[in-house]
Order: sequence, then structure tokens, then C-alpha cells
Amino acid sequence: MTPLIACEDIWKIYRIGDVEVQALRSLSVTIKQGEFVAIMGSSGSGKSTLMNILGCLDQPTRGHYRLGGVEVGHLPHDQLAEIRNRRIGFVFQSFNLIPRTSALENAQLPLFYRGLSLKEQRVLASSALERVGLRGREHHTPTQLSGGQQQRVAIARALVTTPSLLLADEPTGNLDTQSSQEIMGILEALNRDGITVILVTHEIDIAAYAAREIVIKDGQVLSDRVIGDRLQS
Amino acid sequence: MATFVWLTVVTALRILRRNRLRAGLTMLGIIIGVGAVIAMVSIGEGAKLAVQKQIASIGTNVIMIWPSAMTIGGVRGAQGGAVTLTVADALELKKKVPVLVDTGWSKRDVMQIVNGSRNSNSQVHGVSPSFLSIRDWSLSSGGSFTQTDMESAALVVILGQTLVDYLFEPGEEPLGALIRIKNVPFRVIGVLSLKGQSLQGSDQDDVAFIPFTTAERKVFGTLFLGSVGGIYASTERVEDLPGAVEEIRQVMRSRHRLQNGDLDDFTIRTQVEIGQVQEGTSETLTVMLMVIASVSLLVGGIGIMNILLVSVTERTREIGVRMAVGAKRRHILMQFLIEAMTLSVVGGCIGILFGVLAARLTTVIAGWPTIISSDTVAVAFVFSVVVGLFFGLYPANKAARLNPIEALRYE
Repeated sequence: MTPLIACEDIWKIYRIGDVEVQALRSLSVTIKQGEFVAIMGSSGSGKSTLMNILGCLDQPTRGHYRLGGVEVGHLPHDQLAEIRNRRIGFVFQSFNLIPRTSALENAQLPLFYRGLSLKEQRVLASSALERVGLRGREHHTPTQLSGGQQQRVAIARALVTTPSLLLADEPTGNLDTQSSQEIMGILEALNRDGITVILVTHEIDIAAYAAREIVIKDGQVLSDRVIGDRLQS
Repeated sequence: MATFVWLTVVTALRILRRNRLRAGLTMLGIIIGVGAVIAMVSIGEGAKLAVQKQIASIGTNVIMIWPSAMTIGGVRGAQGGAVTLTVADALELKKKVPVLVDTGWSKRDVMQIVNGSRNSNSQVHGVSPSFLSIRDWSLSSGGSFTQTDMESAALVVILGQTLVDYLFEPGEEPLGALIRIKNVPFRVIGVLSLKGQSLQGSDQDDVAFIPFTTAERKVFGTLFLGSVGGIYASTERVEDLPGAVEEIRQVMRSRHRLQNGDLDDFTIRTQVEIGQVQEGTSETLTVMLMVIASVSLLVGGIGIMNILLVSVTERTREIGVRMAVGAKRRHILMQFLIEAMTLSVVGGCIGILFGVLAARLTTVIAGWPTIISSDTVAVAFVFSVVVGLFFGLYPANKAARLNPIEALRYE
């Protein structure tokens, strides 16, 4: 079976003034459909850069990135936007909801750019919100929701397009322990339903939810190991 | 696509409503610009129509010939001071210039007209038979001069409306009444229809017409028989006017025995020339309006561009999020263009409203005629759309060119 993600000899080089920064150095990684992977590393390790490339927000300087068997490493801007819209869901540390806009409309956003009718957008967004346990809060704006609830709206927004890949960048970084556990619970449940989840974090107990842990250091894979089956009690 | 545009417009309107004060201040330039243009154009069009009516009141395709100022012994006389035109000139012109439909002549003076205890000092015109038809005077009641009236120098008069109002009690029948002009009794045989103000602003209806022969022999007195104050001629078509003027000049110069190099001792004017002067005035006005309009639309447009640039900066993260979930460059471009156009169109509509209101108020308060044409409103509307489009392009393009990663990271 073709792996969902196949990165091969990926380099990312920034030039800041005269200084050349090698954010990723010949990094290769393969992730299969349905995996729950935690990417760990200290700040400046290159994990955010990797995350951006995996999420088709950025492109590698050199190397190949195949998503579902298709080379996407060097596509033009608009085609990348199309791939993000169809195949990838994002969850950010700071939620990144559109302010003064209802939960429902936030969740509709990817469908809006897909060009669905308003009715279809509403139906799909409502069911996504229901899936993250926000039924009845469709018309609340972000300021009327707690941090945990806001992150759930963000997850609903990521889910609404039924993506094959969910990228979560420090999803619990701004949340208390209780909310963190709830959010991680949702991500786990989604993974059980077959969605590939890639989690970027520096917290060991959050990474522990994942089944595989990849540690990045100086733009290279330091370790890549299975961290035991998650035992459901 | 339609759904996208529609929802974006709804979002833009919501943003506008949320920042009412900011939106209002931004739109102010457009509102003032569009409002001023609508009001000014309405007033201008109203004035133009009034002038056109006045020009039409001269008659149709009329050529007017007056005596020029004559310089005798180094002293330049007043315009019309010399008496150089004659009935014979008029008759000769009709014979020698075939393009003229008819020629007429008149002489005039201010005379006291008396009816019982009422009196008025008004213009009295002694006119040839064809004068009234050339100058497009029509009768509201009674009849015109007959050939017999002209030949026999009959004591009959046709009165203008204003004069009727001065000389007669309300409800009193002027037709058939006996009035006196410079102590000569005249029978009123007709009353003219209302003509209104002349281009110079004088009342054209404060007038009495009597047969030319009567004026010459029984009322005005004359230097020599057959001298006239002015000759009037008309052509079938407007296009014939310039040619006719040239022919008239040749005939008149030869009749008056003017040598090459002598100045004309007469002045020829056509209705078209008078119209051109007026058109020139309104063209100047139009150019000025356009300058005012462009300046205020420019200022309004810059205001919109400014607020949009602020908005793009404020919403950088939002743009990043939109890009992350799949917005293409053109989606972002369209979103900000639509916001710019919403601002300018809403501003334009408010401006149109204010302009129409201002024009109405001008009519009500100052009594000036105003015309609000749908063309003006349409042009103003299109202009506000174009301003939004033009000035929205730069900020929208800036937003669309953002790098999604940097936009997402923007604090």
C-alpha cells in the first residue's frame, strides 16, 4: 500500500541576509494511512518547518514529498491551496478562529472555498460541530466560548472536509489540563475512525497519546520509535 | 462562484455594520463627491433647460440684423445709434437670398400706454406682417394684423400678457378695449401667449405690437420713411443659417456701398450663435463639475484604500487561516475587492440620496429648476463602483500575495 506521506531527502534552506540557515537537512520520513504520530523537538529543531511542508503551506528547497503517492513538493500556490482544502485539516495552538464569526461559520470556511452551496455548508458544518460535542453552540462567537470549546471549533473546521490528514500544531499549548485531555480525547477518537493524525508538541504527556514518536533535532530525525499501543482501559 | 460572491458581500456588509463609525468616515469622501455631483448636475441641467427654452423663444432658425455702431469724426456712436437699415433692405434680402423663408422688420420705442386710470411705460414694437411668425409669437386670444391693417396704418394693437395684467382689472376683457399709446387711441385685437424671460433677463411679455406703418406715421415719428430698428429673417433648416448669414452680408455690403476694408455698418446674429455662447457657459460648468467630482472621488478612493490597507494588516492572521483552509489567491483578492466596492457603492448610494435631496431642497427653497436624470444617477453609481475597484486593487493584491506561513504567525 502506498504510504500517505513519503518524504525523501528533504532540505529546507532559508537565507537571512548573508546567513544560510538549514532548517531541514536531508530528512526522510514515511507515515502510513491511519497512524497517530507525535513530532517532538526543541524550538529551532526544524519541527515547525517540517509541519509546514507536510501541511503544504511551505515547499522544500530540495527533495521529494509525496502525499498519497502524488508529488506535491513543488506545486504552484493555488494547487497547494486546493490540496490543503481537500486533504488536510489544521489545528493550531492559538485556535485561529475568525473573530466575531459564529462557530458554525468558522466550521463552514473550508467548504466555502470549495464552492458548496450554503445549505450543504451548513449541514456538513453542523454535523462536524456535533462530532466534537458542540451541539447547541453553533451560533456562539469565539469570545463566547472557552479555550477548549474554541479548539473544538477549530477541530470541527479541520474535520468538515473529511481530510485524510489532520495536522495539530501544539493543539493544547494554550489550554488547561482538563481541556487538554478533552481535546486529546477527540483527536484519539478521530484517529480511531481512520484519520491520520500528526501532532507537533514538546510536552511528553501529550505526545504519549500518539502511537509513534519522531524526534527532530537540527533538521534531522534523531529518533523514530513506536511508543506502545495505546491501551484503552 | 455566485455563492462565494454573495456570501462575501454579506460578510463585507457585516464588517461594515460592525465598524459603523470607521466605515462612515471612510465613505464620507465618496458621499460628498457623489452627492455634490448629483446636486450640481441637477441644478446645471435645470438651468440649461431654462436657457434652451429662452433660446427657443427667440424663434426658429432666426437671423437678426441690427445697425452697428458708427464712428463719425472719431466719435464712436452707441450700438444701434445709427439708423442704417431700411424696409427696402429687408425686401431686397428676401428677393436676393433665396434660402430665406421670410424677412420681417421692426422698430421699437418705450411709450406710455394708458387704459383708464391704469398706465404702463412699455416696449412698443412697430412690426412688419411677417415679424410675429418669424419670432414665433403666437396669440392666446384674438387675431393678428391683416394686410389691410398694415396698408392703412390701422390703430390696432396686440398686447403681451404682462402688459394685459398691468392695464386691465383682473377679469376685465382686453379684447376690443380701447387703450391709448402716446395719446393715440388703439383697439386691442389680440393677446399674445406667454413667452417668459429673455436671455438677458428682461420680461418679453411686457410688450405691445402695432403695425409698422402705424408706428412710423402715427406714433414714433421717424428720421426718414422706411428706417427700421432691426431686420429679422428665418431659414427652413438650421444648417442653412451660416450660408444665409454670408449671403446677407454680401447683399447688405453692396446695398450700403461699403468698400473693401470698410467695416460692416450692421451686425448679424443667429439663434445658433446665441445658443453656442450658452453652451460654452454650460461646458465650462461641466468641466468644473468634473474636476470637483474627480477630486472628491480621488480623495474618497484614497480613504478607502487607506482603510483597506489597515484592514489587511489587522486581519493578516485571518488571511493566513483562510489560505490554510484552502483559499486561493483570487479568493482573497476578491474578498478585499468586494469589501472595497461595498464601501464605495454604499457610499455612492448614500451620496446619490443626499444629492437628490439637495437638488429637491434647492428647488423648494431657492426656486431654481432642477432635473435629476437617471443618466446622472447611473453614471454616479458606476463611478463609485469603479472607484472601489480601482482603489481596492492595491490592498486586495497585497492581501492575496501574503505568504500563508508568515500570515499565520503574524502577531
